[in-house]
Amino acid sequence: MTPVIELEGLGVRFGSRDILKGLTCSLSGRTIGLLGPNGAGKSTLINTLLGFYKPSSGTARIFGHDIRTDLKQIRSVVGYMPENDSFIANMTAVSFIRLMGELSGLPSEAALERAHESLFYVGLGESRYRKVGTYSLGMKQLAKLAQAIVHGPKLIILDEPTNGLDPPARQRMVRMIKEMRDAHDLHIVLCSHLLRDVEETCEEVLILKEGRIVHYSNLEEERRANKRFVEMEPLGDGAALAAALESMGCECAFSGAQRLKAVLSDGMEIRDIYRLAAERDIQLRRLNFRRDTLEDIFLKAMETNTNGSL
Amino acid sequence: MAVYKRSYRSYTGRLTPAWSRFYILTRYALRGLFRSKFLTAVFVMCFFGPLVCAALIYLGHNASVLSLLHARSNQVINVNGKFFLGFLGMQCGLAFFLTAFIGPTTIAPDLANGALPLYFCRPFSRAEYVLGKLCALLYLLSLITWIPGLILFGIESSLSGAAWMWENLSLASGIFFGSLIWILMISLIAMALSAWVKWRIAAGALVLGVMFFLSGFGAAINGVLRSNIGYYINPGALMTRVCAQLFGLDPPIDISAFSAWMGLLVICGICLALLSKKVRAFEVVR
Repeated sequence: MTPVIELEGLGVRFGSRDILKGLTCSLSGRTIGLLGPNGAGKSTLINTLLGFYKPSSGTARIFGHDIRTDLKQIRSVVGYMPENDSFIANMTAVSFIRLMGELSGLPSEAALERAHESLFYVGLGESRYRKVGTYSLGMKQLAKLAQAIVHGPKLIILDEPTNGLDPPARQRMVRMIKEMRDAHDLHIVLCSHLLRDVEETCEEVLILKEGRIVHYSNLEEERRANKRFVEMEPLGDGAALAAALESMGCECAFSGAQRLKAVLSDGMEIRDIYRLAAERDIQLRRLNFRRDTLEDIFLKAMETNTNGSL
Repeated sequence: MAVYKRSYRSYTGRLTPAWSRFYILTRYALRGLFRSKFLTAVFVMCFFGPLVCAALIYLGHNASVLSLLHARSNQVINVNGKFFLGFLGMQCGLAFFLTAFIGPTTIAPDLANGALPLYFCRPFSRAEYVLGKLCALLYLLSLITWIPGLILFGIESSLSGAAWMWENLSLASGIFFGSLIWILMISLIAMALSAWVKWRIAAGALVLGVMFFLSGFGAAINGVLRSNIGYYINPGALMTRVCAQLFGLDPPIDISAFSAWMGLLVICGICLALLSKKVRAFEVVR
């Protein structure tokens, strides 16, 4: 199967600043999350994939099309929802979405039909004859989503889609993303700094930091792996307990002064933890099972030294 | 599929040819322009001049009217190079003011609302975007410049006979190319300035200001330095020199036709460079 996105030593330089530094990876999931702190290069990566910025080194491919040579083919199969306000203020939503459909190559009548459908789909059906400039921030987000899907793309790139949405609207947006992911032959790239949104919707996560890839995680596989995460609060020498657990093949990490998280190795039972603690005269004040959240993965990745490739 | 089903589906129908998509913007831009009643009124007023000229040409060939005025055919109106140059001067002046109003409405709102990424994330290039917007202006301005000019030429030809037409065929090409160069230049200036300031009203004022400023500054340079250098920064003067060559008339200003053509090319080149710098999905801050 052709990967959705392939990065091959992709680098982008603005003047003397390296924004993306030799990114290399291959992503094939239906929903790919792009995470990273502000200035990590998420939006630059998206803009480079869309051909807005020229790569200074390496290249990237979307569905096998090279961004250096096949930009038109790429753009015809991609729908893009930008992060910032992007609309034509003095047009009604229907005209705006229809124009975007026509520019993607749809004949006028088909574009009009799909403009109506898209607006109903995102929940703007009742206000589709209002000018986009009069919309609230949340409605503008939905209009941006409608223009991204009007031409029925194979890949939708969503840059911070839940920005400015109130909780019900955010839930609705997340539900729509999930629905598109589950029901159709469609891939989604979701760029967000809201870990919860990414965790709820994505199968794969790519974490960027300072223009480099610091972590790749297949959330779906991790969910399937049924790893056993245990969170405990040892009273006493927690480091000694962690060392003992690691000697038995567990992965350990402290999240706070006295909060120890561990991934139990195969064959290890909870009673083994109690035994190890008792042997070292350590009290366990709390112990519960907890799966590693995306937040943990993200925080761990932020502590990682950057190397640019997977 | 009915809209009430509200589910996402991909598109599998036919697509329009890629080369024709720039015209979509032209279509939408023209539709947007004629929503303004004021603009529609100004546009209609631009046809008074051609109508008066057409009436004069007709009266000049109407035997009853001539006998009533005790005048000969060429005493009412003499249709020659000077007539068409005057007609173009009037219509091109109106075209300039119209451009100052409508030119900035083409690009500035897209830039102000950050709409360019939405255009360029589709199989639609920056050149096609500029061409689409430019065609809207050229279409509108053509309707009040060279099209009525050629209609007047046709009326005169039909009334004076084929011999007059063949004798003055160079006037027709002068009307067409003279108008086209002017409307192309003012359209590019208006688009470039609107892309630069991103504010429709300021861009309109700037279009008027730049033309008048360059004209005044050019005259001042000529006056102070006692030279012709000032004409090179005055688009109106350059255009007058080019039109004089196209209509086969004596040059009204003392610069060569070649340098006038070069001057116009440089102005258009600067406008295109400015558009190329500003019309981008995202501006790169280095």
